[in-house]
Amino acid sequence: MRGITLNYFLRRLGIFFLTIWIAGTIIWLIPHLAPGDPISAMVARLASRSGFVENSAEIIQGWKERFGLNDSLPVQYVRYLGNLVHLDFGYSMANFPTPVSELINQALPWTIGLLLIATMITFVLGNFLGAIMVWRRTPRMIKYLIPVGMMFTSLPSILAALFLAYVFSFLLNWFPLIGSYDMGMKPGLNGPFILSVIQHGTLPALSIVIVSFGYWTLGMRGMMITVEGEDYMSLARAKGLGPFYMLYRYMVRNAILPQITAFAITLGTLISGQVLVEYAFSYQGMGTVIYNAILNQDYPVIQGTSFILIVVTALAVLIIDLIYPLIDPRISYGAK
Amino acid sequence: MSQRNNQKKPILEVRDLRVYYETPKGDVLAVDGIDFDLYEGETLGLVGESGSGKSTAAMGILQLTVPPGRIAGGQVLLEGQSLLGLSEEQLREFRWVKLALIPQGAMNSLNPTMRVSDQIKDVIIAHEGKTAQKELKERILELLSTVGLPGRVYDLYPHELSGGMKQRACIAMAIALNPTVIVADEATSALDVVVQRVVAQTMLKVKEKLGVSMIMIGHDMGLMAQMVDRIAVMYAGKIVEIAPVRDMFNDPKHPYSRLLIDSVPSLKERKALKITEGITHDPRNPPPGCIFQLRCPFVMDVCRKDAPPMQEVKPGQLVACHLYKANEDGSFINVRDVVGNT
Amino acid sequence: MATAQIQESGPSNPAVRTAKQMGRFNRWDTPWLNTKLLLGVGIIALILLFGIFGRLFWDTKLALTGKSPLNLPPVGLTTTLGGKLTGTWAHPLGTESSGRDMLALIIVGAPNSFLIGIIASTVGMGLGILLGFTSGFVGGRADDIIRLLSDVAITIPSLLVLIVIQSLLRQVEITTIALLISLFAWPTPTRLIRAQVLTMRESGYVQMAKLSGASTFSIMFREIMPNLIPYLFASFIGNATGAILAAVGLETLGLGPQRIPTLGGTIYFAIQGAALLRNMWWWWGIPTLLLAIMFVGLLLINLGFDEIANPRLRQSSQ
Repeated sequence: MRGITLNYFLRRLGIFFLTIWIAGTIIWLIPHLAPGDPISAMVARLASRSGFVENSAEIIQGWKERFGLNDSLPVQYVRYLGNLVHLDFGYSMANFPTPVSELINQALPWTIGLLLIATMITFVLGNFLGAIMVWRRTPRMIKYLIPVGMMFTSLPSILAALFLAYVFSFLLNWFPLIGSYDMGMKPGLNGPFILSVIQHGTLPALSIVIVSFGYWTLGMRGMMITVEGEDYMSLARAKGLGPFYMLYRYMVRNAILPQITAFAITLGTLISGQVLVEYAFSYQGMGTVIYNAILNQDYPVIQGTSFILIVVTALAVLIIDLIYPLIDPRISYGAK
Repeated sequence: MSQRNNQKKPILEVRDLRVYYETPKGDVLAVDGIDFDLYEGETLGLVGESGSGKSTAAMGILQLTVPPGRIAGGQVLLEGQSLLGLSEEQLREFRWVKLALIPQGAMNSLNPTMRVSDQIKDVIIAHEGKTAQKELKERILELLSTVGLPGRVYDLYPHELSGGMKQRACIAMAIALNPTVIVADEATSALDVVVQRVVAQTMLKVKEKLGVSMIMIGHDMGLMAQMVDRIAVMYAGKIVEIAPVRDMFNDPKHPYSRLLIDSVPSLKERKALKITEGITHDPRNPPPGCIFQLRCPFVMDVCRKDAPPMQEVKPGQLVACHLYKANEDGSFINVRDVVGNT
Repeated sequence: MATAQIQESGPSNPAVRTAKQMGRFNRWDTPWLNTKLLLGVGIIALILLFGIFGRLFWDTKLALTGKSPLNLPPVGLTTTLGGKLTGTWAHPLGTESSGRDMLALIIVGAPNSFLIGIIASTVGMGLGILLGFTSGFVGGRADDIIRLLSDVAITIPSLLVLIVIQSLLRQVEITTIALLISLFAWPTPTRLIRAQVLTMRESGYVQMAKLSGASTFSIMFREIMPNLIPYLFASFIGNATGAILAAVGLETLGLGPQRIPTLGGTIYFAIQGAALLRNMWWWWGIPTLLLAIMFVGLLLINLGFDEIANPRLRQSSQ
């Protein structure tokens, strides 16, 4: 039975919601595991850093009421879940009264944009290089150069970010060092703005690509070698098919399937790496928001941003899981 | 060396073909100098046990040998044209158009991510250029019906077919371009007996309909007997006997051929099952002289020194064995019939 | 296969290559002498030795703040930003803006990173073995639950949850961080081991053990475990690498062990101290370089194990 059955769809959807629920619960539970009242503790920490918090008593009282912190724990939990569904994460402590969701709304598009570009390039480039490493018709020079380019694999992305920032931004001044676009500009769909975005995004994207593509190259190479030894390759050669067609339709098309499955699994790591890169470049995405929240001990922001990023990851995995059966006709999803 | 069969001309000529495998401890002589002709319209069976080199020989003839194997010598002539030494580009014109392969379809021979129809389509397009979809569909449906497959197979993926259906799909694909020569490599080996029969019959039907010349590779002598015109027996990389099917079964000349035929269980008579050991020498270092010497019940001193030449001991029957000595008038005697055999 | 009384002469056919002609492969042909593996192990061993024995030759107290002159470049170089400062042999790799000596920092920091990796990987794999075995061997409901949980756990980006936890805890030791990281290190080993156990469960020798009445426990440990050792080895290094990665991530955000010098922590201070703009490249560069070498070594070990496990990968690379 080919394609997606209702059963499969529901199951995958169920896992998606389960993931989000578990993540949300963990994020909610952690501060409540700490002794004492989380809000007073937060305000106290804030006060100890900035010296004095205006109207701290009112803030604490208002917060407690607003978020029903005087109620029992189970009630709080249910209310929290309800808030999550509305994507209401409360207010930022450092930027009171800005709601957390507002901070997220400003930063999330940048993160997603960078994510899409970086992951697309990584996956396509990595697998492409892995494929040509095995193809008979690739020139030898290229086959030797590729492993050289792979030496950055599985380095922490932030190290690559620092290195690239130093060499290409500080020393050579080819790219800007900070931010996602020029400070003075107003965001809009015009040429100069887009150019600025590309300029600012190049080094962050490159940092991610450099440390990630090697993994795919390695994997694809292994898969291609496996595929090359398969019986249907032998028959394909006997059929006298054109070399490019054979490479694509018989080798790559079969070798890439496990890579797609693996991609879904590595998304979490990828996002983690991107958060650090954004922090290094002060890129106006979630990474910078999280970092500032850490500095300011702005707990609601940390909670909210982490949760949203987890949702994004789980969503991406869901999408990949749903697309996969459309490419691999062997998968059948009958009821278990 | 003459192979007298004057009515037909050889469509495929193999001369001293050698295919060796490189291993860290020396070359394995998988195919070590085989000669035979394939005549127009005939089916030649290539029989041997595991390790005899028959599949390697098939791949060598089809110019599909891959490292660590390599063609180390010899000649393969298709309609007089030499296949060795041609570039991939030049070979591609022969592939499938003149020289097709029926693999063990029940295994992994079909691309798992392509429909059956697409896999037949792509070879037609590769060799005949772009063709109208409608015409392609008609052709493929006709091919499928020739091998006895229902039309719905057109849209199916390989994993949705049974072993026998996959095998027949491979046959349909092989005849798509009306080739001159088809090599069937263990085409029925992975199937159960009932399905085997169906597939075998399909192949016979196809052969009759198209008049194609076939080389059939296998290890089941009994099955071979029903499908081929001539049989060539291989042992450890060499051909030890070639004969018309009846002659082979009535009067096998080479001791190994006799072993093989005796080992076919018979429904009619009770006889002890002859279990033989398999190839006993190291394929990297074959003994000088006859390669069968270590297992031959009739081995003589000369066998350990000189490799026996192929001799036509009867019209159409060639053997490589020192048992057979030529007389002056051209006839042969079996030296064991003479008093004083070793 | 019996080799008959063959004389030494190779076949008369010159196209054939004999073992002699192909060179002496035999004794050194064992797969364990894999170039990548040896290289990787060599690199890691060097770093470890450097870290462990460095203490004997260099004062590790210099890794603390205020013990050395500020902002010195490495020996032989001179900076111009903010006054002329020349490096000295007293601080061959320079110092940073709080007076910490770079050489001392990396001598202390490198083994710390390894320690985290080893602890996290061991605990994670311990959990993984337990869960993977249960899941694969016992099957049924337990398998469903464990599989579901590991699917969920592997999707969630661990760094984010670690940030949530760590921003609350703040003052931690090395072991605490390692244990926290190990909370996320179990899904991959669990899946791996479950897959292996499933395959082996149906194999001949396990069936034999079952038939002879061996208990589940003894089957698990006496029959299956020994065959898992190669996978466990390879998986251990992979997990350690991931753990060190997570630790470095946390440290660079300032969420690492506060009082203990770490490589990532040094980088955190470098970013805080605008080292890029002040052209103090040694501040972030030296820990970066050391980490890079470390990761390259770990990667090589991983690749080496891969090639040992999958022979086909070998021939294409050599």
